[in-house]
Amino acid sequence: MNRLLLHPLARPACWLLLASPALGLLALALGDGLGPNPAEALIRQLGDWTLRALCLTLAITPLRQALGWTALARFRRAAGVATFAYGSLHWLAYAWLDQGLDLHALWTDVAKRPFILVGTAAWLTMVPLAATSVDAAVRRLGGAAWRRLHRLCYLLAPLALLHFWWMRAGKNNLAEVGVYTLLLAGLLLWRVRPRGRRAPPPQAEM
Amino acid sequence: LPAQRSGVAGALVMDKPTAYADVTGYNNFYEFGTDKADPARLAHTLRPRPWTVMVDGACAKPRRFGLEELLSLAPMEDRLYRLRCVEGWSMVIPWVGYSLAELIRRVEPTGNARYVEFISLADKAQMPGVRSSVLDWPYREGLRLDEALHPLTLLAFGLYGEVLPHQNGAPLRLVVPWKYGFKSAKSIVHIRLLDKQPVASWERANPQEYGFYSNVNPQVDHPRWSQATERRIGEDGLFTKKRPTLMFNGYEPQVGQLYAGMDLRRQF
Repeated sequence: MNRLLLHPLARPACWLLLASPALGLLALALGDGLGPNPAEALIRQLGDWTLRALCLTLAITPLRQALGWTALARFRRAAGVATFAYGSLHWLAYAWLDQGLDLHALWTDVAKRPFILVGTAAWLTMVPLAATSVDAAVRRLGGAAWRRLHRLCYLLAPLALLHFWWMRAGKNNLAEVGVYTLLLAGLLLWRVRPRGRRAPPPQAEM
Repeated sequence: LPAQRSGVAGALVMDKPTAYADVTGYNNFYEFGTDKADPARLAHTLRPRPWTVMVDGACAKPRRFGLEELLSLAPMEDRLYRLRCVEGWSMVIPWVGYSLAELIRRVEPTGNARYVEFISLADKAQMPGVRSSVLDWPYREGLRLDEALHPLTLLAFGLYGEVLPHQNGAPLRLVVPWKYGFKSAKSIVHIRLLDKQPVASWERANPQEYGFYSNVNPQVDHPRWSQATERRIGEDGLFTKKRPTLMFNGYEPQVGQLYAGMDLRRQF
């Protein structure tokens, strides 16, 4: 597996894979394939893909450590940046297609609908993460500070879930929200699990 | 389903009808699933015949009506209504049916009858969505008696000149064009005349968000979104601005007097 992940084509393939939902949605939008309510379909699907990309990003480290696929680490940044990109497209689609880019309408809508406020907050927590995703930023911050900053994920995931839950709560349609909650909770809890005591170093023989 | 032009005031709006494919492919009918594509995909299991509707409660002549009898109870009329969903989208649908008042008068409501409750079919064998707990089944809706007797309140048996497709609430449903779509109960099996206001399914599920009246009202927002504008299905492209929602969905001249003196912000 590691050899496959280290193949020179693995990185472009990864980007293509991450971009494919967006390309698919673009094709549907151009081909009039988004159904009777295209604006709503596009906004919702972009939201779904943001959550999926977030799950993928947070799954990389557990998979790497549990399965020993060390080379997976190369793809974590791409997945994280894709999450931010889908989140940004999701918000932009809402602001443009639902609110017509009307600043006054946007302002009153965000104030009126707490679930949109929460979604916007979730997107904002991703901004510093995306901004520090370039090598130069990682170097400037230093590894420890970078890791501390990226603990914002522990805020981002619950905000994103709250946004999704609130959106579905009025209709009592919470099955999907439950699946994402379990998945994200598992991925985050895995990181803070109590670690077993390291095996004691071998004693010198007397 | 042959019908004549309706003579009821407001029964034929000037808007362009929504495409048949959208009217029959984009539906909220939770008995078949919560996705709007689910009903068209899954409602083939519904058996709309034989079908009976029990009409009872506060009336002199309660009884069960067979579908054949209901189909010939009064002359069928073509009506073109706007439909505004509480979710913020709308359609224009050519229904076939007659005023609900025709049926209600047959059972002779007593002086105690002040409300009407509509109960939909809830059969797990025919309706896969009834197995999920999104709502407390069977689906229930209600109207005040004067709303139920208003000539615009339609008992619909068809659309686009044909018998109702399963996903649109076959074999008979209610259409109350000045209220949000969920008030128009589908696949009705039981109609009750009551002295007290019934509790509708959405009202029971979420009383802060869904009131008994649920009149279309651009000034009273849903707690989670504005009701001031709407997206007309099929007409509006990706970048079209939403259109303003009309008071009582544009039926204010016909139904406004039903709510004279009421605080519609409180009684939403």
